[in-house]
Amino acid sequence: MKVQNTLTNGTTRRVFTAGAISAVAALALSACGGAAATAPATATAKPDLKASGASTITMWVDAERSPALKDITAKFQADTGIEVKLVVKDFAAVRDDFITQVPTGKGPDLIVGPHDWVGKFVQNGVIAPVELGDKKSAFQDSSIKAMTYNGSVYGVPYAIENIALLRNTDLVPQSAKTLDEVIANGKKAVADGKAKFPFLVGMDPKQGDPYHLYPLQSSMGSEVFGKSADGGYDPKQLLIGDAAGVEFAKKLAAWGDAGEKIINSNITGDIAKEKFLAGESPYYLTGPWNVPDVQKKGIKFAVDELPTAGDKPAQPFIGVNGFFISSKSANALATNEFVTNYLTTEAAQDSMYKAGGRPPALKASFEKAASDPVVAAFGKIGAAGVPMPAIPEMSAVWADWGATELALIKGQGDPAADWAKMAASIKAKIAG
Amino acid sequence: MTDTELRPADDSAPAAPGSPAGKPAGKQAVPRRRTFVPDTTKGTVAKIVLLGLVDAVAVYVLMMLFLSQSWGVLAVAAAVVLVINWIYLRKGGLPAKYLAPGVLFLLVFQVFVVFFSGYIAFTNYGDGHNSTKDDAIAAIQLTAQKRVPDSPAYKAAVLSKDESFYLLFTDPDGKISLGSNGKPLEEVSGAGTDSTGKANALDGYRTLNFQEIVANQQRILAITVPVSANPADGTLRTADGSSAYQFKPALKYDAGAGTFTDTDTGAVYRDNGKGAFAKDSGETLSTGWKIDVGMENFARAFTDPSLRGPLLGVILWTFTFAVASVALTFALGLFLAITFNREDLRGKKVYRILMILPYAFPAFLSGLVWSGILNPQFGWLNQTLLGGATIGWLTDPVLAKISVLVVNLWLGFPYMFLVCTGALQSLPTELDEAARMDGASPWRVFRSIKLPLLLVSIAPLLISSFAFNFNNFNVIFMLTGGGPRFADTDRDIGATDILITLVYKVAFGQGTGRDYGLASALAIIIFIIVATVSAISFKQTKALEEVNS
Repeated sequence: MKVQNTLTNGTTRRVFTAGAISAVAALALSACGGAAATAPATATAKPDLKASGASTITMWVDAERSPALKDITAKFQADTGIEVKLVVKDFAAVRDDFITQVPTGKGPDLIVGPHDWVGKFVQNGVIAPVELGDKKSAFQDSSIKAMTYNGSVYGVPYAIENIALLRNTDLVPQSAKTLDEVIANGKKAVADGKAKFPFLVGMDPKQGDPYHLYPLQSSMGSEVFGKSADGGYDPKQLLIGDAAGVEFAKKLAAWGDAGEKIINSNITGDIAKEKFLAGESPYYLTGPWNVPDVQKKGIKFAVDELPTAGDKPAQPFIGVNGFFISSKSANALATNEFVTNYLTTEAAQDSMYKAGGRPPALKASFEKAASDPVVAAFGKIGAAGVPMPAIPEMSAVWADWGATELALIKGQGDPAADWAKMAASIKAKIAG
Repeated sequence: MTDTELRPADDSAPAAPGSPAGKPAGKQAVPRRRTFVPDTTKGTVAKIVLLGLVDAVAVYVLMMLFLSQSWGVLAVAAAVVLVINWIYLRKGGLPAKYLAPGVLFLLVFQVFVVFFSGYIAFTNYGDGHNSTKDDAIAAIQLTAQKRVPDSPAYKAAVLSKDESFYLLFTDPDGKISLGSNGKPLEEVSGAGTDSTGKANALDGYRTLNFQEIVANQQRILAITVPVSANPADGTLRTADGSSAYQFKPALKYDAGAGTFTDTDTGAVYRDNGKGAFAKDSGETLSTGWKIDVGMENFARAFTDPSLRGPLLGVILWTFTFAVASVALTFALGLFLAITFNREDLRGKKVYRILMILPYAFPAFLSGLVWSGILNPQFGWLNQTLLGGATIGWLTDPVLAKISVLVVNLWLGFPYMFLVCTGALQSLPTELDEAARMDGASPWRVFRSIKLPLLLVSIAPLLISSFAFNFNNFNVIFMLTGGGPRFADTDRDIGATDILITLVYKVAFGQGTGRDYGLASALAIIIFIIVATVSAISFKQTKALEEVNS
């Protein structure tokens, strides 16, 4: 028997073999990718789901939402024998992964995400419309409107998210309607020595925060895009540079560092939260995601309607989370069944609410959740909101919009000229 | 070296008389070998087991590839498996055994990636040009199906007869009709219904259960039942096998002509040769496909007004940033390395650990932390150190540049400290002593002896550090985002933007989405700049070595 080998030392040999293993493993991984890409989705007449490759549905979901879907997927499997595989993905990368992987056939059948991904998904041809039929009326109008793109509904909504004005009731006991009243109340609290800041809203030091400031802008009659005939946003009608927008720009400079110092360019999201939690300001413009910490801190607060800066209602952008079906799903029928007949149920929407705490999109679930006054208040504000534009052109808007607002808040430049320049720049970017 | 690897080692013939080189080596090896015999046996077994596992996995992968008919990948994978087995089973060929795994990883993770991004630079890959033309046509057809307004919602059941599928519809009024692919809706009587009033059975037809529907879903999803003889009424389709709706395409595809026609306006969309369907007026459908565009992306890099205008300033600052970062970090790192290299210093280890800490933080995290520290009103620097001053460290164009450099110095000096310490310790101490015996001052020793010797080993690292800082995206993006913005351009470009952040903004922040093709082209141009500078510097370094040796 030959036990000796060219190598005198066993250790080195093991190292080599280990290297070889990992090399092949790497190759196998990349090869697997290629393999799945062309996996045939042939259906035979046999009712054997495994043989037809239709025994599973794959769903990309983030870690927080995955547990909430366990019950409904178990029910689906019990009813139909089809397993819904929940693949936990990093939320930051999941949208781009979906766009790049669906065309290769490696993508999932389903994905969870906010509605403003829809435009990008449709542009890249990676999602299919979902026909909800009569079930549409069971959802809040605003959520269906947000999921509608080019006249078709593209996802099943489950939660609506928007900002509101949190008020520390110890510092300012009465609610206010207009921003001027809010400012007056805030300033009084500061003058009385009860607070240090009249009003808080987080500003990103690089990009400002047009999302949080939008209700103020919309209350002055300034919008980003006009609407087309079917009710969706029309990229050809860029309205942001109109006269109402310029008025808003002037106001921004007046509220900013060189003016009343209501909006402070040095207060980041973290600092704003920290100051409100420390009880240093009566007002905090923020979303439901910061509410749990405020409650934990034991601060007495109320959720106020968004204050108006003009004569129009203050409409926040709403973000609607939902489920989207891949255009290349090999198991489209079962996926449609799961999405339209299971994820639209009260049980599923209740369970998503319990996991995420965001106001549910299904009316019946929302009514249950609205026993919590905070959810009810956020929900009421959201019902008056407008969907965040999902059109791909929106991605050309954010950078200029934010930087210009930030510069104006800092007191730099001329509001009218800079706002016009911003509108021109956005227009040029949209044109490509 | 060579004799050990080529020797046909074999216990049964330890003398190895055939090989002349074997004798002297054999003599020394015999006692060593005896002590290693058990280890070696285990090693052999381990090798067989591990290689077996590799082959088992490989065979499985090959089978999967065969089943999925990925012939190209299959051929490559098979070749790689054969090569690996040949390398590790044959006697000798020691270098290959060392190099094979590394080379494979290099091919998979580096060479492939580089060539792939090189290829992307010649395409229009990006948002809206995401896949093949066939995919785009399928996606446009899918999204063009619009539900006929105010049409009723039907309940549906799937039936089969003679190997073909039929859909049995129940409309909201309880009217039951049957239809099939291409066969218009026809009212039927005598259908069986379930408790909800939905028709689910018809004489002469078999009703499919859900499992059967799923198993035949491709054919069932393809069923389009004309509502009437008039095509304007649209067709009925089911998406879930239990309900059906009336759809009408907003765009119709003509496979022969390869065009889409708007069913409302009659406008025709043709392939515009740029990876999209376009009307005569130039308006395109949003979903396009990936095509090869040749040098177009490179041409855009030099003609795009948003790039060309501020380009010179950005290039100058990029070089300043990269060179100053290297010079500052090297100066500080070297100074500290020399200081902490003293033999008689106490607690050296503690200092050194403290020194290396910034190196251990992820750069993007440090960027965010520093951005907080430098906040004009609430930042620690202004509030605590400068007694409540409001200096805009990141908002003033000049101060922002200085801040970026200082933060990068903080991030980068530990690396220089590490490599300088290593290089210093490898310098022979005799030189130092000899110079001092000759009466040289410490500065003179450093200037004339230590530094030139250090540079020989450290210069390549300085060059690589330059290349790294040239593309130091994290620091810039997390600290200032390229800002403060230039006032004289209407583009999103600022005082601290370096080339790579400019590329990011231009390729991903314009038009209607990300343009991977343009990004790859610009990245290649940056690579050419960095490679040129590095090549020249390496040449200089060679000269340095020659002078010293």
